[in-house]
Parts: sequence; structure tokens; C-alpha cells
Amino acid sequence: MNTMNLTLKIWRQPNAKAKGEMKSYKISGINDHMSFLEMLDVLNEDLQKKNEDPVVFDHDCREGICGSCSLVINGRPHGPQQTTTCQLHMRSFKDGDTIYIEPWRAKAFPVIKDLMVDRSAFDRIQHSGGYVSVNTGSAQDANNLPIGKEIADEAFNSATCIGCGACVAACKNASAMLFVSAKISQLAMLPQGQAERKKRAESMVAQMDAEGFGACTNTGACSAECPKEISMANIAMMNREYLGAKLTSEAV
Amino acid sequence: MILDSKIPAGPLAEKWEKHKFNLKLVNPANKRKYDVIVVGSGLAGASAAASLAELGYNVKVFTYHDSPRRAHSIAAQGGINAAKNYQNDGDSIHRLFYDTIKGGDYRAREGNVYRLAQVSVDIIDQCVAQGVPFAREYGGLLSNRSFGGAQVSRTFYARGQTGQQLLLGAYSAMNRQIAAGKVKLYTRCEMLDLVVADGKAKGIITRNLITGAIESHAGHAVLLCTGGYGNVYYLSTNAMMCNVTATWRAHKRGALFGNPSFTQIHPTCIPVSGDYQSKLTLMSESLRNDGRVWVPMKAGDNRLPTDIPEEERDYFLERKYPSFGNLVPRDVASRNAKYVCDEGRGVGNTKLAVYLDFADAIKRDTEAVVKAKYGNLFDMYQQITGENPYKTPMRIYPAVHYTMGGLWVDYNLMTTVPGCYALGEANFSDHGANRLGASALMQGLADGYFVIPYTLGDYLASTGAGKLSTDTPEFKEALDGVQKRIAKLLTMKGEKTVDELHRKLGLTIWDYCGMSRTEEGLKKAKAIVADIKKEFETNVKVLGGNEEMNQSLEKALRLADFIELGALMIQDALDRNESCGGHFREEYQTPEGEALRDDDNFAYVSAYEYTGDNQAPVLHKEVLQFENVKLTQRSYK
Amino acid sequence: MSLTGLFLVSFLLVHLSGNFLLYRSDNGDAFNLYSHFMSTNGVIRVLEIGLLAGFLIHIFTAYILTQRNKAARPIQYAVSASNAKVTWFSRNMGLSGSIVLVFLIIHLINFYFPFHYGYDTYVDIEGTSYKDMYTLVATVFKNEWWYSILYILAMVLLSFHLQHGFASAFQTLGLEHKKYTPIIKGLGTLISVLVPLGFATMPVYFLFFN
Repeated sequence: MNTMNLTLKIWRQPNAKAKGEMKSYKISGINDHMSFLEMLDVLNEDLQKKNEDPVVFDHDCREGICGSCSLVINGRPHGPQQTTTCQLHMRSFKDGDTIYIEPWRAKAFPVIKDLMVDRSAFDRIQHSGGYVSVNTGSAQDANNLPIGKEIADEAFNSATCIGCGACVAACKNASAMLFVSAKISQLAMLPQGQAERKKRAESMVAQMDAEGFGACTNTGACSAECPKEISMANIAMMNREYLGAKLTSEAV
Repeated sequence: MILDSKIPAGPLAEKWEKHKFNLKLVNPANKRKYDVIVVGSGLAGASAAASLAELGYNVKVFTYHDSPRRAHSIAAQGGINAAKNYQNDGDSIHRLFYDTIKGGDYRAREGNVYRLAQVSVDIIDQCVAQGVPFAREYGGLLSNRSFGGAQVSRTFYARGQTGQQLLLGAYSAMNRQIAAGKVKLYTRCEMLDLVVADGKAKGIITRNLITGAIESHAGHAVLLCTGGYGNVYYLSTNAMMCNVTATWRAHKRGALFGNPSFTQIHPTCIPVSGDYQSKLTLMSESLRNDGRVWVPMKAGDNRLPTDIPEEERDYFLERKYPSFGNLVPRDVASRNAKYVCDEGRGVGNTKLAVYLDFADAIKRDTEAVVKAKYGNLFDMYQQITGENPYKTPMRIYPAVHYTMGGLWVDYNLMTTVPGCYALGEANFSDHGANRLGASALMQGLADGYFVIPYTLGDYLASTGAGKLSTDTPEFKEALDGVQKRIAKLLTMKGEKTVDELHRKLGLTIWDYCGMSRTEEGLKKAKAIVADIKKEFETNVKVLGGNEEMNQSLEKALRLADFIELGALMIQDALDRNESCGGHFREEYQTPEGEALRDDDNFAYVSAYEYTGDNQAPVLHKEVLQFENVKLTQRSYK
Repeated sequence: MSLTGLFLVSFLLVHLSGNFLLYRSDNGDAFNLYSHFMSTNGVIRVLEIGLLAGFLIHIFTAYILTQRNKAARPIQYAVSASNAKVTWFSRNMGLSGSIVLVFLIIHLINFYFPFHYGYDTYVDIEGTSYKDMYTLVATVFKNEWWYSILYILAMVLLSFHLQHGFASAFQTLGLEHKKYTPIIKGLGTLISVLVPLGFATMPVYFLFFN
């Protein structure tokens, strides 16, 4: 077990309106089995002992599935490995390192405090069409609707998105296309999603644009940083769905 | 107080049908006159909110997360049970019912459990219709796997993230209602009190976590779908923010708390690695389908696992339970891991772990097959421990995972405060003293999709759509109370951080009210918890103010309630002089070391009434009636 | 962007194949005939307007897109490190595009405008008089060596631009498939190497071999 001393440069911003800045902190005795967030817990305990305001950051399940954690570490969302921040462990760093920690940066993700941002734009996009309109109780027997394993697996791959926003944070254009396309693709592939297919593509893309996200230039940074490895193929599928819907839907 | 479970009379299989018919209905045109408050947006909350809004009620959903999708239901891995019998292996509603009652060590209500098994089949249909991508066979039909405590394959799953997929299904159904204007969503908004007037739940008090605004919300009914209280142990597989505040505040407002000491320790978690540990990570118990649990025969054997020859290994679950083997229920598997570690045969640095070995499965099925089944779990294990489980056995140890206890509810899911309901893990109802794997998702969705939409109408129809107002003395009193609690914490300026005290509380409850309990230990714990309470009330340090995002303040408010709950758990564990399921009192065990129930004296639900701060709670007993199953010593041999 | 981009790629192919006539050992007759045809044929003149429109739309949408994308991230990261899987040229299409644009303007000033307005060296081919484009090209490349270097540099950037642009256009149009995407990507790489290379041989040829 190795212990290390680190310099942390952390974005501190008291609230949404305040101007923020990078602040420097020294931290010592960090064990390489700690998770990155546990390292921040240690920092926060230290800060509180010194009567300083602890660093605010979003986190919850700490097992890589809730999508709460959202730190840009040394310039990369969720840090040097393709995983969530909570699953990043200190063995990825070495003694004496300086680590820069910043919030997701996007106009559509305003900072709430320190490293915490407001990602409700994602929810609003989902409200605009990320569902199959089926009331409780009206479903047929599940096995009356066979779905080929390949399609089911592909739909599942798209559905693994945890909504963390690393795609937006990684994209030089702060585009949300990977997130939006994952949902559109999942439902476009499945028979359940067919009835509302065109409307869904049109309204979700419209909401995405209204939120102020950038546009995709196909650099692939989103997928390369996505902790769930959502594929760029989803974006192509969304483009296809959207163009198809725009050309053929009844909505004027 | 007489506890009326309102279980309908008549044959088991007809109870729910009959009951549904007898429930009062609210006319479709009148439904829009009712406002329903749903606290929590996990499986129970989101499914209830969506289903009630579809019916026409106005629903307000509150979550302390930034998005409803982050509720901890999302972390469930393994699957969801349903008595579909798609595998033709002898499953039926009755068998699921029986397995659940038996798995719960005969401390759950027959009527509730049977209903759960009945609606389980509808849940799968509903989820598939929403587009939930369950695992499928090449022919396109749904795939199943087996899970602990059952001898049939009835578990539906979506690789290792069934919880996320089911939650996203319920979330999407709720999103549709948000778009339709029937659900109003309040995010980063935490419930801090229940408002009761004229003996009925009338609303809640919340704190906006961003602005600190304390607000009153009125509703004709309040549904608490706020999950379990495993974080009382500090280290658990629960998410960091999971807490008991909503249900505890309801308890303090008159809702009885059922079976608080019934907690589940999950056998397959990644062991603790150090003091800094903030949470424990569970790996799906589906791993036990192919992994074999073992420790060295000798105590203090420090060889690498791969160096220990076959004949010097003790596959203790297979040895003790030949018919269920590694698939014994969770409490049995956990306790046995503790025993072998107590004997000094634990493995790893801390000696608090046992091996879960896939070498045989890899030899039998190839690494590719094992990878296809459990790849993501193996990756997660490697990510956390830095070890490759394809090459060396995993190390696992039990950890707190689920709380069977919760607010006492009747058959309609209503607490003892009329108009206040508890759904999902927040209630005590269906799992008795131990929950079977893949049954939590089933219960959360059963309550939300298929029970509350019927039973809520009965209450609303009989109370009427009276005008709502938050401008009443009851709301004012509750709001003032919340403000005072916050002011007290912020002005205390003590020495101990919230986490320090929480760790201390957690360790105490784990040591004395965890996997096994003794009268002596519990009494000791009672005194320690009383000290922690005193220290918290006089010496806690919460920096910052109320009118800002203040995570320390949030944690402090939650810890205050955990401390009080901890005391109640200890009380309950002391009162129950028997062992059953997850509640294992060392004084009460069979010669083989299994839980020894005392059905003559303890076949009841303990329901505690709050009587005031630092006052002893009053125990009420709901005697359990078993008309359809014979109470036997649980055996998985 | 994708549609105009692919249209412009088609122009590059036509332009390159025409320019290869420079290499015919006929003192530039074939090239001069081709130049004449391109500058006088009515259909080509109409297409030329289309081409101009293609460029303008491509540039204009690029400008709009860039503005929008910049606005989407008002505060930049203090440290930014790119993922190794993300190529430099995919992140710098604006840069490579702008340099290619600057080159394009100089290119027009050097060849297009003189040829159409003012240049009056004629050559006689089989009894008819044509403007001697061949000599113009040869002179510029030979005498104005800085232009040749700029030309080659621009081709390198065009190569980067195409390397990302070609396959990206298909992705934007939603044409993605397990079987065909690798072919499209391969074709993109091939075009992005061969087309600029083809153009770049011309200054090299006139500088050193002619």
C-alpha cells in the first residue's frame, strides 16, 4: 500500500452568480486503495477541521451507476480512465502529482456551487419524448412480443447511459448528441418505440437545441470518455431518425 | 391502539380480487380534484407517480437528487422475480408466494406476499411494454436465471443493471406525465417533516437544497417512497444520500415503525479496505450461480488462493447445505461467512473476507461464457480492488444491503397516519425477516404500479376533495420546527464533524446490531448510542449557512434521525427474544447454528409508537396468521 | 456541412483529374483545351455558380456552427487534455478549413482571375487560338517558389480536413453500418491521402522536373 502527497487545484465558486476561481490545496497521506471521491472526503474533513467550507460535489451511489458524480480531472471528464469518477481509484495517480479538478463546463450545465452543476436540461430533453406512451395495466403478455437477441442487446447497449453528462463535458462543442441519441436509438430499435418514432426524434432534438447545447462535429470525444462506452453509432442513428422524421412526418 | 392489517377474508388466491372490488372508486372527472404528494422517485415513487397521474390525479414528486433517475433503485443489479413460469420448471404464483414467506422466515403477512406474487407477472408485461431491454434468448423470448432461496429460474434481468433499466422505464412513464402536466417535479428538494392535521396527513415541509428555502406543500395524501435506512450503519451498499428522515419524521408524527431491527446483510460485497472507506459495493448475488464460496481448511493459511490445493479448501456452503449449496438465502450465506472468519479462516489482508471462485465455471464453460454473464461485475471488481477475478478468486464479505423493516402499513399500504402511505423499501410489509434476491425490485414496482392506484382511491373517495391550504397552524408549527432544527445545528459550532459521528454510530450498530446480536451487546450499544446522541446534540460541527448548497447541513439533519432510529433498532432487537432471518440472536440458535424461531411467542410484527423525545417507545404487536403455510424450521440442506 | 462537403469532394476529384492533363507530354495542349472547355461551356459555367454556392454555404454553415458551439461553452477548462482516441484533425476542422480557404483565395488570384480577366498569352492548337493556361501554371509554380510551398502546405491541411470530413459527412447523414462504415472510413483515408497528394505533385513537378 502506497501513500502519497498531492496538490489539488479545485474550482471554487460559492454560488451560481458568483465568480469562481481555481484554489490550491495540499493533501497528504492518501492511500492508493482510496477512491477519488474518498480522497475528496479526506480533504473535506481536513477543511472542516480548519473551519473552511468543504468542497461541494455531486455524488451518490459510488458504484458507477447513478450518474451523479461529475468531475473533470486533469482536463478529462471522470479522469484518466474510462469510468465514473467514483470508480476511479488513487492508484491511477502518483506521489507528488498536481491534480486539477473542475466542474462540467457547458452553458446548458450552469454551476450551482464549486464542482456541482445543474443537469436538469437532460431531464427536460427526456420529458420531451423519451418514453413509450403506455399506461399502467394495458400491456400484453411480455412473451407475445419476441425481440431478436441482437436487437435486444443493441437496445440494451444504448440504454446503459447513466445520464452523467461526461459526453457534454468532453465534447469541444458541449454537444449532448450522444446522450440524446442513446435514448432515441434505444426506442427506435425496439418494436415498442415504433408508434412515436418520428415525433420522438423531432421533439427531443428540438428540446436539445433549445437547451443551448452545441452541435456535433463527430470528433468522437463523447464516446471515448463515456463511462458506459455508448457508441457513436447512436448519433448516426439519431441523425437518420431525425432526417427521416423531418422529411416525412406530418408535423409542419 | 389496535393494529388492523385490513387483510380481506376469504381464500388466499381471491383476497386481492375481492378487495379490489370492495375498494371505493373516485370518478374519473373527480380525480383531477385531488393532489397527491409522492416523496422519492425510485421504483416505488416513479411507478406510483406515473400510474396515479395516468389515472388523472395531480401528482407532485419530490426528490433530493438532481434528477429522478438517480434514485438508488438504479443500483440494483441482479434482477426481478416474477412467477411467469416461462421456463416450464414448476414455478407458479403459489411457489413464489411460498418461497418468499419461507425466505422471510415466516415473519411476513400471507395476504401481502400472495398479492405480491400475483402482480409480479403484470410487472414484467408492463416493463416490456415500456421498452425495458430485458435479456432475451435467440428466439426473441425473455431469458431467466435463478437466484438465492429458490429452486426455479424466475428472475428476469438486464445484464448486471436490471435496477437501472426498470427505473428508467418508470422514469420514462413519469416523464410522459410531466410532459402532460399531470406530474410536477421538484428536484433537489428534501422532505423534512410530515404535516398532520385532524389526524390525517395533509402535506409535507421541504428544504430546497440549492437555495435553502423551507417550503410547505399540501396534498390530499402523502406517499413516502423513500427507500430503506441501511445507512444507519454508515458503511452499507446504499447510496451516500439514502436516509431515514422522511419515514422517521412520519414516525414521529404518529406512524408506527415496523420491525426496525430486520436488516439484510448481503453476502457478496467487496470487502472493506481501510478506515477512509465511504461505502461498500455489492456484486450481484447472481454470481453465486457459478462462483463457489470457500476458505482454507486451516486457520491462518496465508498462501495465495491459487496455491491452496483442492483438498485443503473448505467449500463451506456446499458442505453444509448440499441441496442449495452456494445458493442459500442471503442471511444464511452471510452468517456462515462470518463464522468462518470468526474461526480465523478469513482471507485477504484484513482476514475479513472469503473467496468466491470462478475457476471451475471458467474451466467448464470457457472464460467467454463467464464474461458474457458477469463481465461488467468482474470489471467493477477489478476497478475497485485492482485484482483480476478471471485469474484469482474474488474476495467477498457481507455488508448491509437492505432493510426489511420500515413504516408499518396495512394491506392498502397506509401507515397508521390516515392519508400517509409507505411504498417499496420504506414500508415493512412483504419480506418478513429476510428478503430474497430479486424481490426488492418486484415489491417496489408492485406497490407503485399495481397496488397504490387501487388502494389510494378508497381513502380519497372517503375523505373528499377538500380545499387545501398551507396556511394553517399545523403547517406553521411544522415549518417552525424545521427552521429551529436547522438553526440549532448551524449555531452549535461544536468539534465533531457529521461524518465522524456517523462513522461511530455505524460501527456501533454494525458490531452489536448487525449480523449477529446478543442481549449483552445490545445493552452496551444502547448506552453508546445514547452517548452519541448527546454528543451530536451538543458538539456537532456544521459550517456554512442555510441559504446555500450545504451538504454538511443535509448530512447533519439526516444523522439526527439515524441516531434516533439506531436506538429503536436496538430496542427491537432486544425485545425479540428469538432468531429469525436477518435477526440472529446468538442466544437462540439450533445446535447446527441456524436461526431458532420462537413461533409461539414471536410470530408477530413489532410496531413501535413514538411517545416523545428520550421516552421509551411503545410496542404494539400485529399477530401474524398463517392459514396456508406450515411454519417449519427453515432448511436449505 | 455534410452535403456541401461531399459535393466539394466531388469537385476536387474532377479538378484533380483535369489537372492531370498537365502531365501529358504535348506542351500543354490537352490542358489548354480542357481549360478552354471549362471556361466557355455553358453547362460548366452554371455548375461553377453551384460550386461557388457550395463553397459559400459550406463556409457559412461552418461559421454558424462554430459560433453556436463556442457559445455552448462560455467558460473554458483551465486544463484540457484530449483523449488519445480523438484525432487532432477532427478537433481542428475550423483551423484546417480556414487555412485551406486562405489558400483557395490566393489560388483564385493566381489562376482563376488572371485567366478570365486580363491574361492574354495565347497558344495555337490545331489552327485555333487558345489562352495558354499551361504556361501560366508552369510559370507560377516555377518562379513563385513561395507559392508552391504554400500550395503543398495547403494540401497537407486539406488532407487533414478530408481525413475527418469525408467519413464524418456520412455519420452526419446517418449512414452508419457495421459492414459499410469501415469501408467508408477506408475510402475517406484513401481520398484524403491521394487527392491532396495528386495536387501536391504539380508544384513539385514544375519546380524540379520541368
